[in-house]
Amino acid sequence: MSRADVCVVACAEAFRGDGEILAAGIGGAVTVLGARLARLTFEPDLLTSDGVCLLTGDVPALGEAPEVVEGWLPFRDHLWLVLNGRRHVMLGASQIDRHGNTNISCIGDWDRPRAQLLGVRGAPGNTRCDPTSYWIPRHSPRVFVPKVDMVSGVGTDRGAHGLRRVVTDLAVLDLGGPGGTMRLVSAHPGVSVEEVVAATGFELDVPADVPETRTPTAGELRLLDEVLDPRGLRHREVPEPRAGGNGAAGGAA
Amino acid sequence: MGKVMTVEEVVGRLESGMTIGIGGWGSRRKPMALVRGLLRAPLRDLTIVSYGGPDVGMLCAAGKVRRVVAPFVTLDSIPLEPHFRRARQNGAVEFTEYDEGMFMFGLLAAAHRLPFLPTRAGLGSDVMRVNLHLRTVRSPYGDGEELVAVPALTLDAALVHLNRADRRGNAQYLGPDPYLDDLYVKAAASAYVSCERLVDTADLLKEGPVQSLLVSRSMVTGVVEAPGGAGFTACEPDYGRDEEAQRRYAETPWEEYVRGEQG
Repeated sequence: MSRADVCVVACAEAFRGDGEILAAGIGGAVTVLGARLARLTFEPDLLTSDGVCLLTGDVPALGEAPEVVEGWLPFRDHLWLVLNGRRHVMLGASQIDRHGNTNISCIGDWDRPRAQLLGVRGAPGNTRCDPTSYWIPRHSPRVFVPKVDMVSGVGTDRGAHGLRRVVTDLAVLDLGGPGGTMRLVSAHPGVSVEEVVAATGFELDVPADVPETRTPTAGELRLLDEVLDPRGLRHREVPEPRAGGNGAAGGAA
Repeated sequence: MGKVMTVEEVVGRLESGMTIGIGGWGSRRKPMALVRGLLRAPLRDLTIVSYGGPDVGMLCAAGKVRRVVAPFVTLDSIPLEPHFRRARQNGAVEFTEYDEGMFMFGLLAAAHRLPFLPTRAGLGSDVMRVNLHLRTVRSPYGDGEELVAVPALTLDAALVHLNRADRRGNAQYLGPDPYLDDLYVKAAASAYVSCERLVDTADLLKEGPVQSLLVSRSMVTGVVEAPGGAGFTACEPDYGRDEEAQRRYAETPWEEYVRGEQG
């Protein structure tokens, strides 16, 4: 079991209970694997896409084309679906604050940014209309900031439809703290609570008892290794931590 | 009546200061032959309305743009568009930054000749802070909900690239996604379609079903046959993105890139 495996399962858990809606991973390996793993295990009614515009009837490996297509979702219908709300998206963020406001637009003053990033993309509509989760592959004070520079995705204090969970390479968080603030839900195996707090640039709600993030079952590991990601792309997105701790053990080949 | 034109004839009908919508999405089916025509023309102060890709980057790099209206600018396989970034960071262009769904509603409003369309997308976000022209509207019905009134993105001209077209401007996409190209055409006072291949009207349905006829000639001012005219962006199924050419574009200083293109 690798850190990447733990992260994929934590992302899959974000979709638990969603039923027959689109589980949209925003790209890369971990969010897409999370959605597909959830569909193949505990959430079989989920819809998943090929990452472009096909709804797949089967659940192919990362980067592979589906053998069965069950629907068509070109960008215009994707934008419609965002407004309709029958979709749970797992987005990324360059900055996120304690209410779950996020920024993917630019760093610095918007009028003349220090670093122009993507632009807000669909984050405002996604967060206002759909259940949303986040995947942050590098949990650090540069990302977890007191105030984001340009609110792209809206947080609990700005009318978010529902922020479900924030999965990082260190921990699982949600917005269940006082006043809809960020709370530590679990720390990944080998990660201490202190480590998570130190990597978070704002005051984090830390319950007295913080459990360890659920580890993958043998069946989930087999699905990841043999069906969904035989090339191990998830391990490139989440390198195995180097220094000590239980998290360093296991086969991140 | 035939509407076949050259790239130069299309560009010759455009003027400085115009608002021009450019179809495609990111680095996919962008009308690059027409965009390269714009680069060569003595046009300035354009407002470019686009789900932005290298079209926006090139026009910014060439100093053609006063304002960009977009929800993003990306090369897809290269997430950040280098020339758009530089233009923003240098304060060289103004920016109207919308959510993707707001942007579509702006095109829909213009296509339907409505002043605005209401949506929830954008509410609560800093899109409302940085776009001082945006207003909200309250539902006149029992719910009384407050919504963003997205103003119509009315265009002086639209430029789109499709797979096939006939000489009168009926145009067809053969790839998996129409993007929003039909909306750009409908939102514009004049629309110009470039295509991979001109075909007889009677042959349009030989390659795709009737649903693939995305653009009607009643909306089209000019048609340009431009094989490879979306390159280096993707134009499926005719060709995929030329990743090597895109990398060269992204990594080469602009003046040097332009010299290389001319050489």
